[in-house]
Amino acid sequence: MAIADIHERGGRGLLPWIKSGEPMIWLNAAAVSLSVVAVLGLLFLLAVRGFSHFWPRDVMLVNATYQGQERVLLGEVVEQVQVSGEQLREAGFELAGAGPFYGRSLIKQGNRDFFPSDFVWVLDEQLGERRYPAHVMVVERLEWGNFYGTLISVSRDGELLADASGEPAALWRAFQDLIDETLAVREQIGDIERGEIGANNYQMERLRLRERSLELEGALDTAAQAELAAERAALDVRYAALQEALYALYDSVDGFTYGARLADGREVELPVSKVVRAFRPNAMDTADKAWMYLKKLWEFLSAEPREANTEGGVFPAMFGTVLMVILMSIMVTPFGVVAAVYLREYARQGFVTRTIRVAVNNLAGVPSIVYGVFGLGFFVYFVGGEIDQLLFREALPSPTFGTPGLMWASLTLALLTLPVVIVATEEGLARIPKSIREGSLALGATRAETLWRVVLPMASPAMMTGLILAVARAAGEVAPLMLVGVVKLAPTLPLDGNYPYLHLDQKFMHLGFHIYDVGFQSPNVEAARPLVYATALLLVILIALLNFTAVHLRNRLRERYKSLEN
Amino acid sequence: MSKLSEYAPAHRARLRHTKDRLATAGITAGGAGVLLAILLIFFYLLYEVVPLFSGAGIEAGERTPWNGPVPAYLAVEEQGEVGFAVAPDGAARFFDIASGAVIETLDLAGDRAAVTVVAAEAPQSRLLALGHADGGVSLARHDYKLSYPGGEREITPELSRPYADQALSLGRGAVTALAVSDTEDALVVVGEVAGEGLRGTRFRRQESFLTGETTLEEEALVLPTLAGDTAALFIGSGQRWLYRIDSAGDFTVVDLQRSGAAGALAIAATGKLFEGGGGLSTSAMLLGGISLLAASDRGELVQYFMVRDEQSGHRFHRVRDFDTRGVVVARILPEHRRKGFLALGRDGELQIYHTTAHRRLYSREVGAPGREGAAAIAPRGDALIYIGGDGQLAHWAVDNEHPDVSWSALWDEVWYESYDEPAHIWQSSASNNDFEPKYSFAPLAFGTLKAAFYTMLIAAPLAICGAIYTAYFMAPALRRKIKPMIELMEALPTVILGFLAGLWLAPFIEDKLTGVFALLVFMPLGILSFAFAFSRLPVMLRRRVPEGWDAAILLPVVVLIGYLSFAANDPLELALFGGDMRLWITRELGISFDQRNSLVVGIAMGMAVIPTIFSIAEDAIFSVPRHLSDGSLALGATPWQTLVGVVLPTASPGIFSGLMIGLGRAVGETMIVLMATGNTPIMDANIFEGMRTLSANIAVEVPEAEVDSTHYRVLFLAAFVLLLFTFVFNTIAELVRQRLRVKYGSL
Repeated sequence: MAIADIHERGGRGLLPWIKSGEPMIWLNAAAVSLSVVAVLGLLFLLAVRGFSHFWPRDVMLVNATYQGQERVLLGEVVEQVQVSGEQLREAGFELAGAGPFYGRSLIKQGNRDFFPSDFVWVLDEQLGERRYPAHVMVVERLEWGNFYGTLISVSRDGELLADASGEPAALWRAFQDLIDETLAVREQIGDIERGEIGANNYQMERLRLRERSLELEGALDTAAQAELAAERAALDVRYAALQEALYALYDSVDGFTYGARLADGREVELPVSKVVRAFRPNAMDTADKAWMYLKKLWEFLSAEPREANTEGGVFPAMFGTVLMVILMSIMVTPFGVVAAVYLREYARQGFVTRTIRVAVNNLAGVPSIVYGVFGLGFFVYFVGGEIDQLLFREALPSPTFGTPGLMWASLTLALLTLPVVIVATEEGLARIPKSIREGSLALGATRAETLWRVVLPMASPAMMTGLILAVARAAGEVAPLMLVGVVKLAPTLPLDGNYPYLHLDQKFMHLGFHIYDVGFQSPNVEAARPLVYATALLLVILIALLNFTAVHLRNRLRERYKSLEN
Repeated sequence: MSKLSEYAPAHRARLRHTKDRLATAGITAGGAGVLLAILLIFFYLLYEVVPLFSGAGIEAGERTPWNGPVPAYLAVEEQGEVGFAVAPDGAARFFDIASGAVIETLDLAGDRAAVTVVAAEAPQSRLLALGHADGGVSLARHDYKLSYPGGEREITPELSRPYADQALSLGRGAVTALAVSDTEDALVVVGEVAGEGLRGTRFRRQESFLTGETTLEEEALVLPTLAGDTAALFIGSGQRWLYRIDSAGDFTVVDLQRSGAAGALAIAATGKLFEGGGGLSTSAMLLGGISLLAASDRGELVQYFMVRDEQSGHRFHRVRDFDTRGVVVARILPEHRRKGFLALGRDGELQIYHTTAHRRLYSREVGAPGREGAAAIAPRGDALIYIGGDGQLAHWAVDNEHPDVSWSALWDEVWYESYDEPAHIWQSSASNNDFEPKYSFAPLAFGTLKAAFYTMLIAAPLAICGAIYTAYFMAPALRRKIKPMIELMEALPTVILGFLAGLWLAPFIEDKLTGVFALLVFMPLGILSFAFAFSRLPVMLRRRVPEGWDAAILLPVVVLIGYLSFAANDPLELALFGGDMRLWITRELGISFDQRNSLVVGIAMGMAVIPTIFSIAEDAIFSVPRHLSDGSLALGATPWQTLVGVVLPTASPGIFSGLMIGLGRAVGETMIVLMATGNTPIMDANIFEGMRTLSANIAVEVPEAEVDSTHYRVLFLAAFVLLLFTFVFNTIAELVRQRLRVKYGSL
């Protein structure tokens, strides 16, 4: 009924309007609107802040007078706020204006290696004319954060390639060429360090473990020792060769430098080998910026983090999250389905099954941290400790499975989501008409055959629903993972080219934990904040994708058995 | 027709049958196994928690003969293998505890005058002081070196004589009681000298800047003259308080910092130790040198320490007394690493106590009469040795893993050392070794409930009102869109909500505090004015809005009011609070303000809980049979009257169950509180301060807790409490829901 009609019966006016209860209905409607605004606003906030992180911002050059000195500031304006005059005077500011409120800007001036801090708050009234000179460049580096300044020279092994006296474009091109060359070499270095030397070290470690296990068995005779020594010598030789190649590569780019002028006029000489990319945002048009945006976005998705996780990409975290969720799904589905089938199809229905059902239902509401504590105590320390004693004695006292890792994280989350899968599957089983089962049995099929050929296929959409809910919950869960296997920085991916390829005992990175760690444990929160927004957005998108995939799968299954259900 | 067996040969039928049986067995075993595994959580947590509450146990070892006098000082080294005993005459020996065999004998008196008294510095200290008949004092320290020749552990005892080149003398008469305290700053020796009373000396350590050498600067302490004999003498930690007890049970506490001002000024407190009268049986300082333990010869056992006092500065307060069940304690052995102690009864009873937990863990006759023997506890607290007057060396293995937790330590106010009054405090670790762990769940449980309360304050009205409207008034087409959208929030990871709350919302609220409160006022007013204005519109215009789309037309209104409220923040703040509401709150109202406070947590966690409550409540209201409300409407009730009178009462159990489940979720949520509060364990309901919840506490501390330590198990107990908490809430909700289902069935 239209709310607007209701008051008509009592006549017009404020009092009858209130009496009709219509205001209450409006307030209830407002609660819905408010909730919707909150949800959409939140997603909007994440999207805006997350996506805008990669856009190259213009760099401002401005004269500022603060702390009694005139300085030249060069940097990006990151944030602008209004602060009340009283608050500022309280904090000891001397204000020129008399207004109640003052604009204040957070300027990212970078150059952590030359300035005391890379972010400065400045009152707008302290700033002079803002200029955006085209020659200002931003250099993203492996260390010390961004560099802001003007390029004045480029040299190779002490020999000047180009400087400001020549054509600016030539100088810039020479710089870019050097960067490209360095990047190519760095890629090779990365391949050797992570790929070949990593594999070599891995084999070395396996060799050590084999020796130790032979020693434990008492089978370490001279023949075995000789064999091990030979293998070790071969590995050593390879290692030495790789190391040599590595040094040669490092040497080849060591002499590349660029000269730059800081905002305060200082001139510095910096190594090109630490440069990730250099660009001049003020000279870029929108198309250039869009291209840069895409490149940075790709770097975020595909690269590894650098600078204590505050720069670079989140690929390992993304990979860890997905791998953990997949492992969790593989574990939870069969167990959940078996338990549901048992409860619904095989167990005698009575008080006990009813109680179990309530208990299982309730476990879905038990706080995740409780599962984390259980996982740490039972899986990691108890089961893991026993496994180490039985199977990995050669590695002791350093634990293999007796320490948090991928396997225990997936298992803990599988346990956490088990009730969800059980409940959903059970509901699906309950919906299948009895007549269908009876039909199958009447045709001579055994119970197992009925279950396998008729009941389970029909219940598969419900199982998928359970799995969807499980995945949605598991992908965003962080608290238990902090106890059973997630770390802020894992040196290698848990899936690689070294036998046995999937390293269940390794610790891994996770997007959710990444958000917590970078946003709250990082020493430079200001620098890390944009990245956290981007990571949060990525996590939301990832969860949405996982969900949509599962929903799509479920719908296809549902289509297939639709005719049977009616 | 061919025979059936052609299609189903006998062996195939058998195979199928076997398969079927195997499947049944497999599913039954698998299903029951999985269900058991789930229940395992409950039992495993319990298994980890139970040792906290079990008492102590001891196991007697062999007795070996001891040829020598009963020692005046007895100690055991770290590994529990070598013992050190000093006879009253200063003859000392290191001996093997298992066999009683002498390893090395030494004469501590040496060429000095006869030894008259032997005193240890503190329970865990290996420094002891000897008083001589000529008023002199000498010091000795026993140390142990570990080496592993040939893979075997070997312990080499060593005795050193610190300050041997320093002539330490308190007077000319025999020293009858002695206390010593040696720190990096100063060495203090106080003793009772026969015929001269209390005498004390402080040696300040001076380090030369040029040479780096340390020299001792002697300074005589001027101590008051006290009546009575000196039965026991102790110097407290920090070398400030000197405790002197006479055999009648009277105590005197002397302030050594004021010892220059001679006489009565330096006396900080005097009085009787025991309420029931009686003289002193024995006394000892607890680990840390703050608490004094004393037992009377009538079975009283008390703990005292200095407490700061508003009026008189300090007083010596009787903090707690222990029920000995009539046993007269003759010897107190404080533990070296914990705030517990062993007590030997006069006639051979052994009792084990813990002070903070106020707990007696063990009490039994073991045949070790405290009045005639000497005893020592191993540094790890796992062994006790006793040398009796009968010439026997006895030892016991002590199993006392978790003495420091009890029901009262967890939930009641406890008077911790150095505190002015009993308090609820959670402080599980500190940097120093003699720290008193404070395991009070009260502030954590309070924080949990506080977070849940503010969450429900925000989530419950929004979720229930929203559910009412969505289920009862909203157009079906809109409902199909709105419901999944709100439920979508449930899939939003809480770590994202927490991060937004901590890094975006908290600074935002701090900045726009006035706007937040303006929103609370403007939002309902604005909505109602809009609604009233809408009802004044011509009918033709109103008809344009389809039935049940009011929420949709309210969307821009809500956004606008929100925008206006925050836009009005600055002028309002200037007009009402002089430009800074935060400052105003702290100054004018005297309420402290944290940036990450309960309001932030309430809003963020509200967002996480709203979909849970909304979804269940909406289902409950929506499934109220239509004919009930139709009947009511047909009888002339307005829709609102129908809702309040018919629909809500029918659906109320479902709404209640939604609230319960929402509450369960708010209680257990970890990441949001972890990120959106300061995580300080305080007990204050102030909305502008943070809290520490049970779950966040677990997340913060478990990774650092040593496996199977008391701290670790206490955290498991916290998890168990959380589990029980949510289990109870969820069970209530589930039962209510089941009853509701039955009720609808009958309608």
